[in-house]
Amino acid sequence: MIHTTHITEAGSCSTSCLSAQHLDIGYNHDTVVSDISVQLKCGQSLALVGTNGSGKSTLLKTIVGLLQPLSGEIIALGKKPGCVPQGIAYLSQFHVSGFVLPLRAIDVVRMGRFSKLGLWGRATKADEELVMAAMKTMGIDQLANTPLWYLSGGQQQRTYIAQVLAHRADMLVLDEPTAGLDAAGQEIFSQAIKAELSRGATIITATHDIKEASLCDLVMLLARQVVAIGTPQEILTPDLLLKTFGIQIPHH
Amino acid sequence: MDWFITPFISNQFMLYALLAGTIVAFTCAIVGTFVILRGLAFIGDAISHGVLPGIAIAILMGIPGVVGAAIGTVVMISGVSLITLKSRLSSDTAIGLLFVGMLALGVIIVSRSTSFSGDLVRILFGEILGVSIQAIILQVIAAVVIVIVTVACSRPFLLLCFDPEQAQVSGFSSQLFHYIMLALIALTVVVSFQTVGTLLVFGMLLAPAGAGALLARRIGAMMAWATVFGTLSIYFGLLASYHMNIAAGAAIVLTAVIIFFMVFTVQTVRGQQVRRMELHPPHE
Repeated sequence: MIHTTHITEAGSCSTSCLSAQHLDIGYNHDTVVSDISVQLKCGQSLALVGTNGSGKSTLLKTIVGLLQPLSGEIIALGKKPGCVPQGIAYLSQFHVSGFVLPLRAIDVVRMGRFSKLGLWGRATKADEELVMAAMKTMGIDQLANTPLWYLSGGQQQRTYIAQVLAHRADMLVLDEPTAGLDAAGQEIFSQAIKAELSRGATIITATHDIKEASLCDLVMLLARQVVAIGTPQEILTPDLLLKTFGIQIPHH
Repeated sequence: MDWFITPFISNQFMLYALLAGTIVAFTCAIVGTFVILRGLAFIGDAISHGVLPGIAIAILMGIPGVVGAAIGTVVMISGVSLITLKSRLSSDTAIGLLFVGMLALGVIIVSRSTSFSGDLVRILFGEILGVSIQAIILQVIAAVVIVIVTVACSRPFLLLCFDPEQAQVSGFSSQLFHYIMLALIALTVVVSFQTVGTLLVFGMLLAPAGAGALLARRIGAMMAWATVFGTLSIYFGLLASYHMNIAAGAAIVLTAVIIFFMVFTVQTVRGQQVRRMELHPPHE
């Protein structure tokens, strides 16, 4: 039987950015993970770690409102998921359009401002400065006018991350953000996330990278059920990682 | 120069055809861009063929074919949505089923009536050389509506092309704006079929925008290129029809496809040259 720890509450309800109580998630009445309970304080970070198909992406999609919970309760930024688009920035795992769309890198990053601008809001100089700052943070400001299809996979991933940064959201929900990034890209991403946390943003990330998870305030191990939730020191132990992944995962 | 100019100066019907065709090229360029970027080619094709029963019934009842075409597109889109939402079948299957069903129904209706033969040809292949002022006015109105809606919805449309999930999370309903896009495709088909016909309007949606996609680095530029290629297709297609005495609608669409392959060839050769230069840079 997979060991399950008790819920770790990261803070009181009044400062909670994410609150899930006995949450079941899945697709079309098929449950992927059941009985998820977690609270995350604003300005903290939560890493979802698990095998492929363990429910990480499903949970992220439920948090941002792309999927309806099957049962239980989830509150993000004080409201039901999907009700605060201006406050949540989402980085999905797959981008099928990368080599098809006639878009430049800067066009993609500018889309990060759309939820704040709405349908007809006028983009100002401040919006453009946020866009350029995000591109500079991710080291792609020189590639602003380069078509997306010219960029390598890693450069495209940096562009998508810059789009999320340009949003200046209260909560960043990231699915495998470092996929395709080289060592320099991963370090730049790590610095960018630290800066986001410094300005008070809440970060929820799904990752296979144990080292990346160890830098977060909370870690949730998933294997189509909640294996454990807690601090990295409590959770990222050889025994629990073995129970999650089924094989020994080295972690230093 | 006479060969290129005289047909339009000497014949008012040719001038009207050029005007109507240019408006069709413009609307198809805008809407065709989204058809390609969103991968809506199949449903676009289905809509352009699925309007046949609506048009046939409208003609039998003595009401404008445009009204029947509009009803046909609503039935088509509603049917696809219903099947996709209420069953496990993919949208491809739903589109295919509605496509052949509507087309078959249209052929049956036409085959049961003895008075349809000329109308059928006009429906399938258009009648650009006999386009009326009323049809041109209708096309202008549709073009204005399409431009207004596209500009108004530019952000959600762009997000939909990029990533429908991103559109949803950003606060723009993916489903709503998807249906608005389908409505624009339907409107384009409904007002354009009189000019190039139901069989060929799809070619005007795809070929110029496809050529534009090969050249453009921005979506606006893609629409501009598509408009240019679409207009050239109309112009040279009409000229070919006039001088060679061939079907105008088919000549136009064939010209559009030829232009696509010309652009494709040029881009492919340029791409190979660039790669060759990168591998073997010239000595200084």
